[in-house]
Amino acid sequence: MKALYSLFLVFALAAFALVGAGALGMEKAFGLYIPFLAVAVFVVGFCMRVVGWGKSAVPFCIPTTCGQQESLPWIKQSTIENPSTTGGVVMRMLFEVLLFRSLFRNTKVDLHEGTKVTYSSSKWLWLGALAFHYSFLTIVLRHMRFFTEPVPGLISGIESLDAMLQIGAPTLYLTDLVFVAAVTYLFLRRVVVPQIRYISLVQDYFPLFLILGIAFTGIFMRYFAKVDIISVKQLAMGLVTFSWVVPEGIGVLFYIHMFLVSVLLAYFPLSKLMHMGGVFLSPTRNMNCASRKFRHVNPWKFENVHYHTYEEYEDEFREKMVEKDLPVDKPLAEGAE
Amino acid sequence: MYDKNKILTGLAVFVVFMTYPFWNNIGSAAYTRPVVEKPKNAKECVESVEFMRAEHMAMINTWRDEVVRNGQHEYHSTASHQVFQKSLTKTCLKCHENKAEFCDKCHATVSVNPYCWDCHVDPKGEKK
Repeated sequence: MKALYSLFLVFALAAFALVGAGALGMEKAFGLYIPFLAVAVFVVGFCMRVVGWGKSAVPFCIPTTCGQQESLPWIKQSTIENPSTTGGVVMRMLFEVLLFRSLFRNTKVDLHEGTKVTYSSSKWLWLGALAFHYSFLTIVLRHMRFFTEPVPGLISGIESLDAMLQIGAPTLYLTDLVFVAAVTYLFLRRVVVPQIRYISLVQDYFPLFLILGIAFTGIFMRYFAKVDIISVKQLAMGLVTFSWVVPEGIGVLFYIHMFLVSVLLAYFPLSKLMHMGGVFLSPTRNMNCASRKFRHVNPWKFENVHYHTYEEYEDEFREKMVEKDLPVDKPLAEGAE
Repeated sequence: MYDKNKILTGLAVFVVFMTYPFWNNIGSAAYTRPVVEKPKNAKECVESVEFMRAEHMAMINTWRDEVVRNGQHEYHSTASHQVFQKSLTKTCLKCHENKAEFCDKCHATVSVNPYCWDCHVDPKGEKK
């Protein structure tokens, strides 16, 4: 059901753009105002979320240790999995951000012969996530051809590498295939695996469908129901140079694509997609595993923290504690019952 | 805010990357739609302008396959009901004789690099 809600939501958004930009002719709103507003919400919202996290204290030293900690000189330390230096932490973060090291550790629990609990390695999520994120990055970079004039060599280089198999015309982008396959896998995983279905919420399915919607409208515009690409570039260049123009007859599919992208951008700071910034601020990853060497001082201002002391706790629950024969410091007052 | 310098540096990098299309175009001339050179000796293409604009790449690609693999050289136009030879050099380039002023204009602006010219030669380009 939750998956269906999300699917309908994405359909409703697409229909909204279809009616708005198509039937009602509000090309200016869907091509210029909404996208610009969405970019502003994305950038400002993203920064506000990160600053908010920066303001929260990390009261404890909680890095996850995934290898031998720095110890006696003759015990070999795992310098990246359990870093004790800033250099080590940087390496660990690089592995985390660029190669999704923690997902690589993903395991799956099974009951073997009905009774034996077994843990086995499960790399599919890691592979799917890696394929998804890197093809998304490539696709975003490729799209810079619409926002630059002349198109830099790096961007056209990425593009020709992506189309290197030279299949069909317009040439097939390999990332288009990988991207759709990866998003589909990430979705199916949530539906097929019972445990993951149980913990999946609307806000887990929605971004997947939204991204899939963006991918399909984009793929359709390129390979099947073609839009006027020169007009698209004219609109995009106008958008980023603030000389806003809406060329005639681009095709409504483009406005649907644009609107879904705008929704994704505006939704980004409000959602779990903020892991893009959050990954850098994870205390379990970015802290130094040297808790034995250096004391981690809780940065909270203790004078402002209201304590709930044991005495207060006992006052609150004394009756119930006596009822259950739990030991209490102060006996129950006479006639309190 | 804790770790102020690190977080603000990170955010600065983020903002610079995300606003790349905006600051990259500051100071550059306003974008104008490319104007292609129209043929002097012909009024109509093998199909309608709209069709050619959207589908010329697929059409030429199909022509290539049909000629090279199946030996079918004749193209029956649905617009003018005329018969054309399926050939880039002999049909397309006969009217659109200037590659640089016709093909390349649009292709360059949207960074399309068709591999037609891996095998075909641009007749005008030869002379240079």
